[in-house]
Amino acid sequence: MSLFDKFKPIVDIRAELAKLGVMPFGAVTEKLLSSTEAIVNGHKVILAGTNNYLGLTFDPQCIAAAKQAVEEQGTGTTGSRMANGTFAEHIKLEQELAAFFDRRHAIVFSTGYAATMGMASTLAGPGDVIVLDADSHASIYDGVRMSGAEVIRFRHSDAGDLEKRLRRLGERTANTLIIVEGIYSMLGDPAPLADIAAVKRECGGMLLVDEAHSLGMLGAHGRGVAEAAGVEADVDFVVGTFSKSLGAIGGYCVSNHPELEAIRFGIRSYIFTASPSPSVIASTRVALRLMQERPELREHLWNNAQRLYDGLEQLGFQVSPQVSPVVAVTIKDRNQAIAWWNELLQRGAYVNLVMPPASPTSDSLLRCSVSAAHTTEQIDRIIDAFATLQPTSMAAAD
Amino acid sequence: MPDYNDFLSRIYEILKPFAKHGRILNEDSELVTELGLTSLQVMELIEQIEDHFDISVPLNILPDIRTIRDLALQLEKLTN
Repeated sequence: MSLFDKFKPIVDIRAELAKLGVMPFGAVTEKLLSSTEAIVNGHKVILAGTNNYLGLTFDPQCIAAAKQAVEEQGTGTTGSRMANGTFAEHIKLEQELAAFFDRRHAIVFSTGYAATMGMASTLAGPGDVIVLDADSHASIYDGVRMSGAEVIRFRHSDAGDLEKRLRRLGERTANTLIIVEGIYSMLGDPAPLADIAAVKRECGGMLLVDEAHSLGMLGAHGRGVAEAAGVEADVDFVVGTFSKSLGAIGGYCVSNHPELEAIRFGIRSYIFTASPSPSVIASTRVALRLMQERPELREHLWNNAQRLYDGLEQLGFQVSPQVSPVVAVTIKDRNQAIAWWNELLQRGAYVNLVMPPASPTSDSLLRCSVSAAHTTEQIDRIIDAFATLQPTSMAAAD
Repeated sequence: MPDYNDFLSRIYEILKPFAKHGRILNEDSELVTELGLTSLQVMELIEQIEDHFDISVPLNILPDIRTIRDLALQLEKLTN
């Protein structure tokens, strides 16, 4: 018995992949050609698995702001927000986020993981209850485990099951936190937030929504699924990330509860880490402004999503249940998924390979995410790459 | 309130398909290492128990469960 025994399954999978001659979880981007093209593992590819939904990573205004911040404020803050790491720009970004979400309070975190995990681990504690969607992101699971609260799952996007579980809690819903996501990252399916909010109104509890994959995509202002469903008033806390639509790294939580300003000082992932670098804050502030000034980005994004979804569906692939900027192809046979991921790379399309336990079921996924910056021609090239795939083992394109 | 034996017989019922190659399930059967349940299958087992007995099982009890007996004991503790 050794410390390393528990890593044997990972060692075995790596060996298996090496035998097949592919290392999908170590793909190296050698050179970026634009926000949608790069050289990956020696292949020139269209980036179809980056979460760069609005394509802002190479926006000249974002880059200029980041460069200026580096020159004026240096490469890093070298400290926690609670010590020397709060710069005027962190405060400005918090104010701008609060204004964008039309909420009174905002906290900026160093990563999206730190934001989600930090809020999930801090809002509820021993004696409290957390009821979370079964397909929640790892950052949520990590957070709730650290919280010390009683943790109960409800079936994925099943408002009826949530209601049943809240009713079983009775008066304990007074100190219960419900956690769901806006758009789920693996299949791109949106939460039935109107139904979930109705259950919350009926049964009680507080509601936290992770809009990591929906910021800038849905709602009249791009605030996410809660805005699109018309239930923002029922959502107590919104968390999210700067690393997708806003093309940087970092995270946030916004709320109307004044207690958020006190909670801030209880969040370990906020306190015990260095604050975001000046260049990150600078490009994020510009990206947040551009996202509001350019609603056409959202329109391009959804047109691209629809085109890719329709194209892959017409080829006979089992695509996600609904059109969204995440278009995932489900493949039952893991080795088939690995082989196809590799073929797609060689044919010029980089997508994400997702295998259990990261996928929500026992199936594997070839997960695509589209960008507003993709051209129609690039979307068609991704579809063409999928069209060349032939079953290489027992699994067909099911 | 269901007792230990109620939980035990329900668990045996749900896990029947995992009793392969003539294996007989008993209280010492280990869910993951012996019966080969994946983490997803463990959660499906829990969901079926929750539906049948109309209870919610907190995830917090899972680290203490290795065998069928562990699970039945934790469920009894939870409901009594």
